[in-house]
Amino acid sequence: MSDSGPILDASGVTKQFGGLTAVNDVSFSIPRKAIVSLIGPNGAGKTTFFNILTGLYKPTLGQVTFDGRDITAGRPDRIMALGVARTFQNIRLFGTMSALENVMVGQHARMKAGLLGSILRPPRVGREERRVREKAAESLEYVGLHPALHDQLATNLAYGDQRRVEIARALASDPKLLLLDEPTAGMNPQESDDLTSFMERLRDDLGLSILLIEHDMKVVMGVSEYVTVLDHGEKIAEGDATSVRTDPLVVEAYLGKAEAERQRQEDGVG
Amino acid sequence: MNAGDLRAARARIPEVPRTARRALAMAAILAGGMLPLFVASGGGFIDDATLALAYVVMALGLNIIVGFAGLLDLGFVAFFAIGAYTMGYFGSLFHIDVNGGNGIHILVSENAAQLPGIHLNFLIIVVLAIVATTCAGMLIGLPTLRLRGDYIAIVTLAFGEIVGRIAINGDEIAFLGTKLTNGRQGITPVDKIDLPLLDPFTSLNLRPWYWVAFAMVLIALFVNFRLRDSRLGRAWIALREDEVAAISMGVPAVKTKLLAYGTGAAFGGVSGAFLGSYLNTVNADQFEFSFSIFILAMVILGGLGSIWGVVVGAISLSFIINRLIPDVLNPLPNKIGLDFDLTELSFGIFGFLLVIMMVLRPEGLIPEKRRKMELSEGLEDLTGDDDNPVHKAVVP
Repeated sequence: MSDSGPILDASGVTKQFGGLTAVNDVSFSIPRKAIVSLIGPNGAGKTTFFNILTGLYKPTLGQVTFDGRDITAGRPDRIMALGVARTFQNIRLFGTMSALENVMVGQHARMKAGLLGSILRPPRVGREERRVREKAAESLEYVGLHPALHDQLATNLAYGDQRRVEIARALASDPKLLLLDEPTAGMNPQESDDLTSFMERLRDDLGLSILLIEHDMKVVMGVSEYVTVLDHGEKIAEGDATSVRTDPLVVEAYLGKAEAERQRQEDGVG
Repeated sequence: MNAGDLRAARARIPEVPRTARRALAMAAILAGGMLPLFVASGGGFIDDATLALAYVVMALGLNIIVGFAGLLDLGFVAFFAIGAYTMGYFGSLFHIDVNGGNGIHILVSENAAQLPGIHLNFLIIVVLAIVATTCAGMLIGLPTLRLRGDYIAIVTLAFGEIVGRIAINGDEIAFLGTKLTNGRQGITPVDKIDLPLLDPFTSLNLRPWYWVAFAMVLIALFVNFRLRDSRLGRAWIALREDEVAAISMGVPAVKTKLLAYGTGAAFGGVSGAFLGSYLNTVNADQFEFSFSIFILAMVILGGLGSIWGVVVGAISLSFIINRLIPDVLNPLPNKIGLDFDLTELSFGIFGFLLVIMMVLRPEGLIPEKRRKMELSEGLEDLTGDDDNPVHKAVVP
């Protein structure tokens, strides 16, 4: 295990569903304590790539290493235990559990109580429960959920609060790498700005690496050190925010060929 | 807000109802424990009450599988059968030729010590039943791990049927030199419960039987409550709510589900061993598919996942089937000039009750707190305004 290499390294990752190639030979790495964005048009394979990194899908080809360990096709719960936490594009909270309990589940891998321990509840288990409960409350306060809402069922929370709880649930597991799948979806510009500074806080205060899938270019350009662009499952560009934004292939992927031509001509004229 | 305010806020809301609920629970437990002192020690009532308690234990076991972990199990009768046969194998004349006809005896009183066959102390048999049913529960769990929802129900249903069929045809299956079961003839008589420091139980005085069943219920309640509010209980509910999210949050799906199956099955086994001794027979006809439905209906009637609800559901259904229909309602058709046996219609009546229940109170008699909150507060939420200051939280 090296402390200097990238926290996550994916090489030649390919995922085929039957005849469809969702992700094709993508290589990519995330440096430590960096915020990296993955962008691309709808259906480009971003979420599929996320699911490969977190173990939900097994890649057809390629290798993923996290913190020096091979996690290719590892079990999702084990990858989580190693320190990769995520949120989902369409929020996936446990609806009939309170916000606090949701965050406590996020610490499952950091707890030890087994079947007998849970039934007999020796002092060790009681202490663990209290510690996890307090930590869950801290996580919720850290993401800014009003304390009066901690015991509300997740399903009854407002949309923005559900996003907060999801991030708190991921943070509670003390991850080294946080994967955020379109966290600003459904947020107003003010909330998006808040989230941007929040991600910077996570990186600077907690030393987290963050991989972000995002459609809001303002957020992407504002926060990310590196940007990788996927289109039709292939990596078409990567680099810092400005170079990617002007990359003709990227413009074409987003706006279509004709529009890209038109812009190029305009640029040529102007 | 600091942690102190937080704790205060949390303590303020549920405290009053909680003490009331505690008191109610204590009163129910006291009343349940004293009940045998006020009724005849050999009558039909205490008999039905003892059966009801044995069913409560099974329903609480099934509640772990279906209510907590959300794995629809239609083959719970298999665990009843395995527990009962454990009792039959190790506490009856079934292995009559064992040890050259002298029998094997471990910690049993004089009556049983004279008999041929294997006779172990009831507590040892309970431990064996727990081991056997836990293994069987995990075995049935394995093929369902890749399945979801209705498909789990189909596999478990088949498992229940397989065990039931083997029980019926077991008299023609030779296993280690003896028959596997006695089929429909049944293994009978079965040893009476024989506990240290107590006189051997008899079928004349049912009070000790009742108290044993009652103690099993208390243990089952304790285990249910402890598990519900534990790391494991939260993992079960998380898997039930959203499996993908749960495994992504570090919950190992295979292990967690197998623990649910194994723990739930163990209660079926304990209760099965008790019933084998109490009913004095281990008979293949007891292990029908309808029994699985009977136990599942108790859980649903009471409220999926709600521990007290399941207790109430199990007691009421068991009394409806064993007392209300055969003893109270049965003479009615005759009085109005009809000639049929109402007990033949038990399952019809019982299905009718379930339908009414589903219309009037789909969440069960005593719904699980989270489900109730989900139903009622969800409605309030629709009318709630977005200007609620609480929703306008600070960062991010």
